[in-house]
Amino acid sequence: MKILTGNDLKTGDVIWWTGLDWSRFVKDATDVGDQGEAILQREEAARRVNSPYIIEAEQTDDGPRPGHIKDRVRALGPTVRPDLTLKPADPDAGLWVI
Amino acid sequence: MYQYDEYDQKMVDTRVEEFRDQVKRRLAGDLTEDQFKPLRLMNGLYLQLHAYMLRVAVPYGTLNSKQMRMLGHIARKYDRDYGHFTTRQNIQYNWIKLEDAPDILADLASVEMHAIQTSGNCIRNISSDQFAGATADEIADPRPWAEILRQWSSFHPEFSYLPRKFKFAVIASDTDRAAMRLHDIGIQLVHNEAGELGAKFFVGGGMGRTPMVAPEIRDFVPADELISYAEACLRVYNRYGRRDNKYKARIKILVHELGPEEYSRQVEEEFAHMKTLGLNPPVEELARISEFFQDPPFDKQASDDLDLSDPDFAVWVDQNNSAHKQPGYAIATISLKPRGGIPGDASSAQIDLMADLAEQYSFDELRVTHSQNIVLPHVKKSDLYAIWQKLDEAGLAPANLDLITDSIACPGLDYCSLANARSIPLAQKISKRFADLGRQRELGELKLKISGCINACGHHHAGHIGILGVDRKGTENYQLLLGGSGAEDASLAKITGPGFTEDGVIDAIETVTDLYLEQREEGERFIDTYRRVGMARFKEAIYG
Amino acid sequence: MVEAIRLRDDEVHEEPAVSLDSFLDQSNATAVRIEAGEDARLLLPYLDRLSLVEIDFPAFGDGRGYSAAQILRESGYAGELRASGDVLLDQVSHMRRCGFDAFAPDSPINPALMKEAISRYDHVYQATSDQRTPIWRLRHG
Repeated sequence: MKILTGNDLKTGDVIWWTGLDWSRFVKDATDVGDQGEAILQREEAARRVNSPYIIEAEQTDDGPRPGHIKDRVRALGPTVRPDLTLKPADPDAGLWVI
Repeated sequence: MYQYDEYDQKMVDTRVEEFRDQVKRRLAGDLTEDQFKPLRLMNGLYLQLHAYMLRVAVPYGTLNSKQMRMLGHIARKYDRDYGHFTTRQNIQYNWIKLEDAPDILADLASVEMHAIQTSGNCIRNISSDQFAGATADEIADPRPWAEILRQWSSFHPEFSYLPRKFKFAVIASDTDRAAMRLHDIGIQLVHNEAGELGAKFFVGGGMGRTPMVAPEIRDFVPADELISYAEACLRVYNRYGRRDNKYKARIKILVHELGPEEYSRQVEEEFAHMKTLGLNPPVEELARISEFFQDPPFDKQASDDLDLSDPDFAVWVDQNNSAHKQPGYAIATISLKPRGGIPGDASSAQIDLMADLAEQYSFDELRVTHSQNIVLPHVKKSDLYAIWQKLDEAGLAPANLDLITDSIACPGLDYCSLANARSIPLAQKISKRFADLGRQRELGELKLKISGCINACGHHHAGHIGILGVDRKGTENYQLLLGGSGAEDASLAKITGPGFTEDGVIDAIETVTDLYLEQREEGERFIDTYRRVGMARFKEAIYG
Repeated sequence: MVEAIRLRDDEVHEEPAVSLDSFLDQSNATAVRIEAGEDARLLLPYLDRLSLVEIDFPAFGDGRGYSAAQILRESGYAGELRASGDVLLDQVSHMRRCGFDAFAPDSPINPALMKEAISRYDHVYQATSDQRTPIWRLRHG
């Protein structure tokens, strides 16, 4: 599947395209098929996202899992600071990244 | 240390307002990201993996306790309660909001600090020797020269859109603690035959994907021609540095392609012209700035006696303290490399504590080092025990300066959008594997440097042992390098051979350190043994 | 071609600028355009009869034009020095400091904002060809 990601222009937060809006959680990301380029152009022009791009992801039971480790780090947070990730209570969250 | 006058203050204040206006225009859509990017970069603001990242300059690594407390305040108020000290005497915050950035810059300006030109294709923060003004082995304090260069390079209209970034380092001793020859321009203060102080220029060093040790370009530039010579070096680069390929755009490539002699000839030609233009501040300006760097009022009666009955303290004194020019005083280095910790990171509470210690015990001064530690430059030996106890309570007393666990590591894939592999977890694992302090001290001085990509922010080319993280088909892989040095014996490390997994590279490090212990001769450091014995022997031990 | 914003009072020079090669070939032109990467020093023998030098910025991040401008001004060129191409609001003050006194941006710039940008900083740290007094001279008279 293809999903869209970028950063929130004002806050810098990593965000994912849900089909309607942007979410901080990759599990909300939706398959954009061949619409990715059109959506990100529109969203960037509207300044709802900064520096967006399209990535390959795999649909899993926990939701989309980005194909590249860099985007998995972005989706979770720094593996060396579990307390600052989006899953601070889950000590094994880092394993999802590797 | 240097204090702004009304002019300096006005410059940074104006810059804050200029950037506030630029941020407003970006948020309103009057600037595209492409147009805004170089503007935010020239104010130290990156878009990184998780958020915006702000890099704040600590010019030539010197700051006072008030400034240090402001760094803590920013961590608390605008970030997630910590900061990361870098190899270029900067501090980075990883979780900055664009809309807060102008306020942060305003807070910094209120204590005579800024983030000006900490990124972008311009002249970056001028770095220097963290022991400047405190060590006996310097011929002068290099910082007034660095401050002259800081002012000259700030908002330089001709050199703000260079082919690529540009880094200066200034030192004044034969011992190089600033990796001077791995900078675009390295300056060493020297005396000429007449006994006058001047600058020896090394141009075209750097790391990155094409590491080079800078060749000497001129053996002496008089103090009152420093700026015109620097202008000449930069103008030749700005005109002829490559712009067709980002990876060949640094000045080292130009110097290498032209050859140091031809580059130097072109600079001399430009210099002859520049000298006629009145570009140099008068010697009175260097004198004015130097006044700010006079010795603090040392206690001339201070004693060199130390009670070393506490063994942990004794080890810290031996390992982390360096000779001070003033009898009865020491230069104390606070290691930001605790066991299993993140190299260079400090919490706001730790930053505040270091500020307090500087205020109470070190004439209000701190330094940031290129190996990501903090220095209290002027400490009375009789105060060391009290300082050590407070550091120890705060987890700031690892006695590992220059040892294998005092590693440099770039932020790597945990934070950086350029990285191919993570650096920090590797540093943490090495720090745990070699946790035994007796073992570390047995290995002696061993500079371990880890980069998460070829850009080499973790200085792997300059490590006695270097590690380069690469992406091998989507998996992190680590190459091992041996034989580099960023010090006065500068050399570039060589890759041993095929890469390793994270655990594999740590095993390989153990193999090479074991071989060192077996092969070393009296007084040899790891690097000395490596240079004598040669790569082949080490390769054989690693790959069999 | 957008009309240039000029910061000089003399008459607009009507003769179109020729390329550097053409200029060097034909000795009577009085306006020339140099591209990034061309050597401004080739013009030094002819400064007296030049009334317009246009320096092109193919991209705002290509800073070679700043050095070209400085070289001409340092050698006494007094005619119009025009920045053309990818000239944006946030770079005009640096251009001004390097001696440009006319701007022909690909996308129009609001002249009022340009004026504000150019006069934003009360002081400067460097001596450059705009002849503003650097801070070190203010300190030491």
